[in-house]
Amino acid sequence: MAIEQTWDERAVRAIVDGLKDEPGALMPILRRIQDDLGWVPPASVALIAKALNLSRAEVHGVVSFYHDFRHAPPGRNVVRVCRAESCQAMGANALVDHISKHLRVELGATSADGAVTLEAVYCLGNCARSPAIVINGRILGCVTPARFDEAVTECWVDR
Amino acid sequence: MSAATIYVPGDSGALSMGAAAVAAAIAREADRRGLDLHIVRNGSRGLYWLEPLVEVATARGRLAYGPAATHDVASLFDANFLAGGDHPLALGPTEEIDYLKRQNRLTFARCGIVDPRSLDDYLAHGGYRGLGRAIELSGGQIVEAITASNLRGRGGAAFPAGIKWKTTLDQPATPKYVVCNADEGDSGTFSDRMIMEGDPFVLIEGMTIAALAVGAAAGYIYLRSEYPAALVALNHAIGAARARGYLGASVCGSGRPFEITVRVGAGAYICGEETAMLESLEGRRGMIRFKPPLPAIAGLFGQPTVVNNVITLASVPVILDRGAKFYNKYGLGRSRGTLPLQLAGNVKRPGLVETAFGLTLRELIEDFGGGTASGRPLRAVQVGGPLGAWFPDAMLDLAIDYEALTGAGGLLGHGGVVVFDDTVDLARMARYAMEFCALESCGKCTPCRIGSTRGVEVIDRIIAGRDRAANAELLRDLCDTMAAGSLCALGGLTPLPVTSALKHFPRDFGLEREPADAAARS
Repeated sequence: MAIEQTWDERAVRAIVDGLKDEPGALMPILRRIQDDLGWVPPASVALIAKALNLSRAEVHGVVSFYHDFRHAPPGRNVVRVCRAESCQAMGANALVDHISKHLRVELGATSADGAVTLEAVYCLGNCARSPAIVINGRILGCVTPARFDEAVTECWVDR
Repeated sequence: MSAATIYVPGDSGALSMGAAAVAAAIAREADRRGLDLHIVRNGSRGLYWLEPLVEVATARGRLAYGPAATHDVASLFDANFLAGGDHPLALGPTEEIDYLKRQNRLTFARCGIVDPRSLDDYLAHGGYRGLGRAIELSGGQIVEAITASNLRGRGGAAFPAGIKWKTTLDQPATPKYVVCNADEGDSGTFSDRMIMEGDPFVLIEGMTIAALAVGAAAGYIYLRSEYPAALVALNHAIGAARARGYLGASVCGSGRPFEITVRVGAGAYICGEETAMLESLEGRRGMIRFKPPLPAIAGLFGQPTVVNNVITLASVPVILDRGAKFYNKYGLGRSRGTLPLQLAGNVKRPGLVETAFGLTLRELIEDFGGGTASGRPLRAVQVGGPLGAWFPDAMLDLAIDYEALTGAGGLLGHGGVVVFDDTVDLARMARYAMEFCALESCGKCTPCRIGSTRGVEVIDRIIAGRDRAANAELLRDLCDTMAAGSLCALGGLTPLPVTSALKHFPRDFGLEREPADAAARS
């Protein structure tokens, strides 16, 4: 039987109450939930919909439209690799392969032990120092496989 | 003796190369030597191959050292860099560095120079002089100044800003809004990020002038989520401007209110399209809208709305301050003023190059950029982001202006230029263009939603060598349908990188031989 992911209902309720009167409140609410919890629990959709007087379908439609909103909790570490053109010109494709092998996780997936989520991102605005990646919120430029291995040991949580 | 002032950029690009650790190491070393130091975390000068670029304020002006690593810090102190001492990393006076000296920095006049957290520093470097002029003018007069400057939208569409503002000014409906499009999603572009991190007040000033011009009381900055440092910088600057009366119930005591709110996107490229962005601001899926009505007439929440890119708005203060004539004398033809170009990809000296329109691609890539970073021959350049055309080496003598690039079958877009060496496979890049479109399509138009997926499949067949000529024909046909049958630039322009790759690099698709170009030249 699938186990329902637990989520912090009180935190979500506080965010919704605090922002529901903003113009176009849904995006700021979802953004804050994503930023604070690291994901947007599917079970929170009903609560949000009720507070904003929207249908659950409308809220789900917005959550599922945007790449940033995760439907499941991320790993303890999050690695984001830029796959856009400028980074490709400087070897991003080989870097993605290296990182995926090194972390033993596919692009777009979370490792089974929950240690890491590896995500693609399309431009970090660091195109003058390509290829660029972000490890746990820290941006790195001119990343080679060697530089990645070094950075991972520095930035890693509970390795 | 007063404390020496050191500049270590807090710009994301500099941080990505270790600027935070360098700043910390400098502070520690100064402490150890009992020296009193004032460290300013400035924006980037845009000379990214030199980041982290440390500057020292001296009697001879600001002197540059870079790229600095933590292990260089002790030797910099030993060389007495605080007094401009010589060191292997010494680059001389920053303003004399050729790459910077040859530019015309109008919009980026302060970026990398001032402390982006200090309103006083902004004021000391000519900040808010444009608003000071605007306050004395009527809305119509401000619009006239922008129209006379020939400023065109820097986001990519190049629409005359004055005409857009006039349309909103002429609407009787209220409230009106000013929306800044800071969803800079094109690969190879970073000028919006640089100005928001390095000189956020100039954007706020530009938006305030736009608000006075059209009679708006509220403004939004739609910022992409990939720019967290810009969010911090903008919110700090908005708070500082409000505290000093540059924003709020009565802008500079004029009796006219203006407030700015930053809204953060959620990783959707399509939200850089203005109507999708408005949908997102209203709390919906970023689906594009039909036009008309134009946003200038019925935009955010159905109200008249000026929507401009960051660089467009950040260019407004200098136009009001120095006058439309001053701005208009830069550039050529119908492309007036300056454009902050962004040089990226496989290039030795990538960075921000703000010059008058009219530089050629070759001058940009070779004179500024110094050729490829890998040292291999240059083979292809993509101009204008993921929806821009691919050009071979033989076409690099094109002038960088809106009309010249359009005439050559491309577009200038937001001014990003991405360089590739001879290891690039243009069939793969064409496939990537379709793949990206499939990933980011909002789904409103069938040719974009489905055509992009079919495009990936057709290119896969070509790459696999299955019936190449027929599939290439099918691909061109599909591109026609997408270009003609999509409402916005995503579906409408994704064919551009695909067809230009086919046209200029047929060899990569296993089609006929490549016309004599790249190899012959380099």
